[in-house]
Amino acid sequence: MKHIKQIQKATVKVPSSGHACGECQTSCQSACKTSCTVANQSCEAIQ
Amino acid sequence: MVHAFFMIDRHIVYDSDSGAFFELDEISYDVIRLYIDGKGQRPSVELLNDSVASHKTSILELQEICDDFDSIIAEGTLFAAPIEYDYHHLYPDQPRIKAMCLHVCHDCNLRCTYCFAGTGDYGTGHRSMLSVETGKAAIDFLIAASGNRKHLDIDFFGGEPLMNWPVVVELTHYCNENGPKHGKDIRLTITTNALLLDAEKTAFINKYMKNCVLSIDGRPEVHNRMRPGIGGKPSYEPISKRIKAFVERRRSDESTYYEHYVRATFTRHNLDFSEDVKHMAESLGANQISVEPVVAPEDCDYSIHESHLPAIFDEYEKLARYLHGRRAAGEPVNFFHFNMDMSNGPCVYKRLKGCGVGAEYCAVTPEGDIYPCHQFVGVEKFLMGNVSSIHSILDENKHLIEGKDATDILDQDTLQIFYDRLMPNRESCKTCFARYHCGGGCAANRYFSTGSLDEEYRVGCELAKKRLECSIWLSAASADSQI
Repeated sequence: MKHIKQIQKATVKVPSSGHACGECQTSCQSACKTSCTVANQSCEAIQ
Repeated sequence: MVHAFFMIDRHIVYDSDSGAFFELDEISYDVIRLYIDGKGQRPSVELLNDSVASHKTSILELQEICDDFDSIIAEGTLFAAPIEYDYHHLYPDQPRIKAMCLHVCHDCNLRCTYCFAGTGDYGTGHRSMLSVETGKAAIDFLIAASGNRKHLDIDFFGGEPLMNWPVVVELTHYCNENGPKHGKDIRLTITTNALLLDAEKTAFINKYMKNCVLSIDGRPEVHNRMRPGIGGKPSYEPISKRIKAFVERRRSDESTYYEHYVRATFTRHNLDFSEDVKHMAESLGANQISVEPVVAPEDCDYSIHESHLPAIFDEYEKLARYLHGRRAAGEPVNFFHFNMDMSNGPCVYKRLKGCGVGAEYCAVTPEGDIYPCHQFVGVEKFLMGNVSSIHSILDENKHLIEGKDATDILDQDTLQIFYDRLMPNRESCKTCFARYHCGGGCAANRYFSTGSLDEEYRVGCELAKKRLECSIWLSAASADSQI
């Protein structure tokens, strides 16, 4: 594609279980404390 | 939702439902805007003809660009179908408290002007220390309340937790002994102003704490203005010295863990906060940095208003350029709010739940009182219970008595208030391209800035959107430089 460059493929994942596993860190346990960012958290799904 | 924007030197289109993004040239940028106006439909020949003249191009070339966009849309990467969800998708069974901000100490050895903890006492008028007994009850509560969740998190918080160091040490060992007995992996964090940080505490933190957050506001004059010691004494010098030494050891082989953040707060007095990031990176040697906007009542002389947004947006762009320069030079600095975990990021349901306030996350005071999060401590209407109640539903081995549930010791009405306000129920989030990035934002920010859990905190929303644009720009710039 001459005019369009893909930087990032699709990243928003829907778990195959059909629901969250609840294992990931809450964002306020990192460096937020007065705001909220969740997209930088890693998935910690127990396989 | 598809969002197209121009930042610094790049035209970008991002789809929040797929998470994919593309860099465009000027012609394809104008074409994607026609698609956005047409809600994903290929623009008509008449509309394309209008672009022919402005770009000195041919209708054939524009049709080719449309063909490319059509194939991207067909594969579901742009104009992706919105993900359908309901509350039962958000948890494997029911919401479970599994992360705790444990207030080891309601006292502090600094007198920060903007402190949401009222310089340590959370506005209570009395300063207090967590006892080992109450701390253990809090950990017992967390283990019991977490049900079948394996990964639990505790943040030793304050006030200043190093002022109650022997309790931190004892509770750390208690977690390490009792977590595995119940099949739990308890990850520990400590958030400190570093004033009492010495070699011995550093060694302990590096051995046992998965994460450490160190507070300093950047340049000496900025830090001393907002983070004075007791009696107004400047605190930059001792704190910067200790943080520099800590960071060096944290990054060395002696440390079991690496994760740490040197964390600053910016106010309207330092809207040039990219200079503070530079200072922390270049003078303190920090390469893990977080800088947060202050949240304060509107009438404070340091609070951030909507009128400050243009200056802050410019500063975020300046920061993005600086971070890109560091990456290009092989000396990357990880800026917390510009990070996106591309390869192993959270699933969509985590993105919908946000921080977990009052549902998966809580704060416990030195008196054992349980609140939805550390910022709500002291707001009596959100008091959820007390950890001392846990003793009545545990047996001698600290297992739940059959038929009991640790969540039952919490005030069910308060729990419901926070469940009901998760992002899927927030109207303003439904049309926001950043909704999967901030997870609906911070409930405490909304409450303390507007007086309501339901009102939108517009400054916070606009800043979250800008940070997302910056993180996308950084990815595009890195891809271009093959970093």
